[in-house]
Amino acid sequence: MIENIMIVSLALFMLAIALLLFRVIVGPTLPDRAIALDTIGVNLISTIAIISIVLTTKAFLEAILILGILAFIGTIAFSKFIERGVIVERKSND
Amino acid sequence: MIEWAAALLMLFGAVVSVISAIGMLRLPDVYTRSHAATKSATLSVLCCLMGAFIYFWSHDGYVSIRLILGIVFVFITAPVSGHLVTRAAYRSRVPLAEGSGKDELKPVLFGEETDEEVSKGNRIEEADLSQKDSDR
Repeated sequence: MIENIMIVSLALFMLAIALLLFRVIVGPTLPDRAIALDTIGVNLISTIAIISIVLTTKAFLEAILILGILAFIGTIAFSKFIERGVIVERKSND
Repeated sequence: MIEWAAALLMLFGAVVSVISAIGMLRLPDVYTRSHAATKSATLSVLCCLMGAFIYFWSHDGYVSIRLILGIVFVFITAPVSGHLVTRAAYRSRVPLAEGSGKDELKPVLFGEETDEEVSKGNRIEEADLSQKDSDR
């Protein structure tokens, strides 16, 4: 029964990711797409938590940390690109 | 019994996530969409990871430091990234939705400009940038 609850919540997360993917494709401006991608990453974190319970393993728990860090850094890079037009600013000392 | 509480917590997180995705689809504007995305997605992830933590704790007797780290990290970084994207959107002049209230930040950031002056200001900024490039 608990497994059924887990699978239902997995299906709900997949539905949420599909709706957000619609926003990524359609989204009228670039910040819309950045926000939708960030939310997809955050949903993937909780999807991996549920999958590690369904498969009764603890090996996926590192992936949670790595996905969180990657989603955060990706969103920071996107917002800096939107605001400044560059991601890495180089100072030239010539 | 505690496992049931964990499973219901995860189901609640999934439902909140679907609600936030519906908000992402239906709201009219980048700013309101970020409101829907960051707050409720953070709540859903916190509920889901807390459910996983409680499940592993009660079922296996395993206290996962990595899950606690993930909870703390998401709780800190999700509002920060939402704020940064919204700030970048406002500074790159993404328009507000129809029927928004008064925009008090606009005269502070951009001055009382018409559209022509805006394009002129952009040209001036480009000239400044090329000046800086030649200085380098």
